[in-house]
Amino acid sequence: MSINTSSIPLPAWLEIGLIPVLNIVMALFFSGLIMLAIGVNPIEAVGIMINGAFGYDEAIGYTLYYTTNFIFTGLAVAVAFHANLFNIGGEGQAYIGGLGVGLVFLLLDKYLPMILLIPLGIMAAGLFGAAWAYIPAWLQAHRGSHIVITTIMFNFIASSIMVYLLVNVLIKPGQMSPETRQFDESSWLPFMHEVLGWFGMEVTRSPLNLSLVFALLCCVFVWVYIWRTRWGYELRTSGQSEAAARYAGIKPKTVIITAMCVSGALAGFVAVNEIMGVHHRLLLNFTAGYGFTGIAVSLMGRNHPVGIIMASLLFGVLYQGGAELAFEIPKITREMVVAIQGLIILFSGALALMLRPWVVQGYLKFKPVDEVVPA
Amino acid sequence: MVDINDADAGGGTSVNPPAQSGDDSLAIELRGISKRFGAVRANQNIDLKVARGTIHGIVGENGAGKSTLMSILYGFYQADSGEVLINGKPVAIHDSSDAIAAGIGMVHQHFMLVDTFSVLENVMLGAEGNALLSHSASAARKELQRLADEYQLSVHVDSLVSDLPVGEQQRTEILKALYRHAEILILDEPTGVLTPQEADQLFVVLNALKERGVTVILITHKLREIMDVTDTVSVLRMGEMVSHLNTRDTSMSELAELMVGRKLESRNYHRDGPLPPATGEGIEVVNLGVIDKSGKQRLKNLSFEVKRGEIVGVAGVAGNGQSMLLEVLSGISLPTTGHFVINGQKASADEPVSPSRMRELKVQHVPEDRLKLGLVKSFTAAESSVLGYQRARRFNLRGLLKLKTIRATCRRLMEGLDVRPADPNLKSASFSGGNQQKLILARELEREPEVLLVGQPTRGVDIGAIELIHEKIIEMRDKGCAILLVSVELDEIMSLADRIIVMYEGQIVAEVNGRDANKTQLGLMMANAHQEPVQDSVA
Repeated sequence: MSINTSSIPLPAWLEIGLIPVLNIVMALFFSGLIMLAIGVNPIEAVGIMINGAFGYDEAIGYTLYYTTNFIFTGLAVAVAFHANLFNIGGEGQAYIGGLGVGLVFLLLDKYLPMILLIPLGIMAAGLFGAAWAYIPAWLQAHRGSHIVITTIMFNFIASSIMVYLLVNVLIKPGQMSPETRQFDESSWLPFMHEVLGWFGMEVTRSPLNLSLVFALLCCVFVWVYIWRTRWGYELRTSGQSEAAARYAGIKPKTVIITAMCVSGALAGFVAVNEIMGVHHRLLLNFTAGYGFTGIAVSLMGRNHPVGIIMASLLFGVLYQGGAELAFEIPKITREMVVAIQGLIILFSGALALMLRPWVVQGYLKFKPVDEVVPA
Repeated sequence: MVDINDADAGGGTSVNPPAQSGDDSLAIELRGISKRFGAVRANQNIDLKVARGTIHGIVGENGAGKSTLMSILYGFYQADSGEVLINGKPVAIHDSSDAIAAGIGMVHQHFMLVDTFSVLENVMLGAEGNALLSHSASAARKELQRLADEYQLSVHVDSLVSDLPVGEQQRTEILKALYRHAEILILDEPTGVLTPQEADQLFVVLNALKERGVTVILITHKLREIMDVTDTVSVLRMGEMVSHLNTRDTSMSELAELMVGRKLESRNYHRDGPLPPATGEGIEVVNLGVIDKSGKQRLKNLSFEVKRGEIVGVAGVAGNGQSMLLEVLSGISLPTTGHFVINGQKASADEPVSPSRMRELKVQHVPEDRLKLGLVKSFTAAESSVLGYQRARRFNLRGLLKLKTIRATCRRLMEGLDVRPADPNLKSASFSGGNQQKLILARELEREPEVLLVGQPTRGVDIGAIELIHEKIIEMRDKGCAILLVSVELDEIMSLADRIIVMYEGQIVAEVNGRDANKTQLGLMMANAHQEPVQDSVA
């Protein structure tokens, strides 16, 4: 009879090291098969991809710029996940976060100095994202509406609202394209090439901006919040066992709402990178699917900030290197790159635990018997 | 695997029976069945003979091994040793389909029915027989009608199971078994969810089955049912068969005594004299009632009090409302009616008191279900050791948890109650049940409770630790703590409690003095059979 391996714990280097790497290898292997089928040398393709992602400083800039978005959305999914909530609504929360930034800047960018505008913009992104997550959270906590369904639906609602506002209300008068006027330069988050330029380093222009630093700060914040504060403790307790939470005097409803609001705020920060850092105006579809990719990032990073940084970097490479690949090899279309990304998401997300039973069996074979703890 | 149909057909006339073959007038024969789970002997060397066409009862306390034995017979578990003979032929039962093929049908305590299917669909489930349902459905309908007529099993064939009363759901389960040609029917605690009237109806059905030659095994802890309906009865105690009796030669009190074992020379912790009459009350419960979400009355009209420095034991078969009582008193669940005053704080449906407030009031709760409530399995021991106290000032510094203090406290708790291994960084789930229990107890006792609610303090705990835990509880009592002790271990309650209240179906059915309690009598009270003329009630 086969044993249930899911309950057998593995050391960290296997759980968050080997297994994700094996998953990626599997995904690359199948991607390689696809490339062979269309007559492209997979080794060459990987070379182009890596070069396209890291080969020159503009490439690195782009890679890290994508990475920044994935860190925000990955963290958002992870925080909710620790409370046993599946927040699919990162896309919509990020979108509405952008609305927050846009409204604040449209109103105030002419009057306030940079030192106030930047924090206000960040706060607006977080608050609007949190508010957009609050509604499904409240419905889940008090009415039992399933958070997966409601957050998906709220993505559509967010999208429609943004189209309406940008086409009819916020659009810069006298133009065809549905976007706002450009914000005053005092609200722009400095680009990384500018910042590095202040220190005398010459770097090629790229969309990478100081949001990356903010994203890394958010990683530290999430780590402290989840594992080092009592709120995180209550969130994890509630996520692991609602009965234990109630025993411990924790109100699961409060936890659901708090966790979703924190999650929504983190997703909202995508707007910090996109709107405050790059576009400097509010426009349609700036979220470009980052919210959804955040689910895969979080799953792959095992809902831990360090894992999320690594997974975000991988997806950054895929986005940037993939674009390069489509450019360099005509046979590989943009769609092909999406297929490869899909394979990685499939293997490290949906099939994340496919290889685990074998790893566990291998591990048990080499593990001293006296370490085995009875269930 | 023996072909059961052959064995059946050859029943009386088999020539040259194999050497290991048994008496073929027996529907079931078990020989030396043993089963261990880790260090726990669930079944040890069990022998059992049940003659064809009889109703056989199996009684025993919780954890005596009844369910394990029946699970082996139905193929959920494999016995470590021993053999099973059906109709005199040895069979190997590896899973439930083997059991069904051997003519064994089982009606579980919790029904295995698909709520959104009709009775007909449920009966056909797994025995559809044809790609097109309509064909087999009409055949099944005919067969069901025949069975229903023959065994007085009336059911509404086309009703959804979820619309049926519990008794009818149970009849559906029985029909399911009969439809699969069961000749041996095992019923696990069948009357647990039935009203007395439904139970009577069930017994009519069982007698009808018996007359048609079906063998029935009835597992129950309700002795009155054993006396009413069975022909023979076996008693299980701590995994061993202690007795096989003809029902008409025995009595409820004898069975109760056999079930709980003879009186052990347990340590007596009782205080020397009575409490001074002016002693204040730690817990006062007045007309407490709880109706749960599904509308079931879980607690009904409970009234009792626990004085400071007194231990009141709650005896009863598990599932008779004790867990709910603990949950209500600790603030986890709300009462529907009535109120209670606990350490000076009144609580009722209109004035709820949260678990955190209870802790501030020094009302401490050691939950019955330690894995679900008492700790979080995936947390480290250190993290679990502050469950419920995560907001305490000494563990917090401006919102940040003081991990060093938490670990140090955990280590101290572990050393205080000898939790092994004394490693705060180990996952809670990797401790044995006894050590988990000691950790939870240490956590709650450290707060010097003034009211202590304890559920099953020594379930799954080894002998040495039991003594330690008991001494801790007595120590708290001597410090003036009011203690409510819920346990299914009668020995434990009798040696610790000053007074014992007995719960049955959410109500208090008896109250006895701890010093005068006797096990037989308590056993009868727990089965609510004490008002029989067999023995006079002291309550």
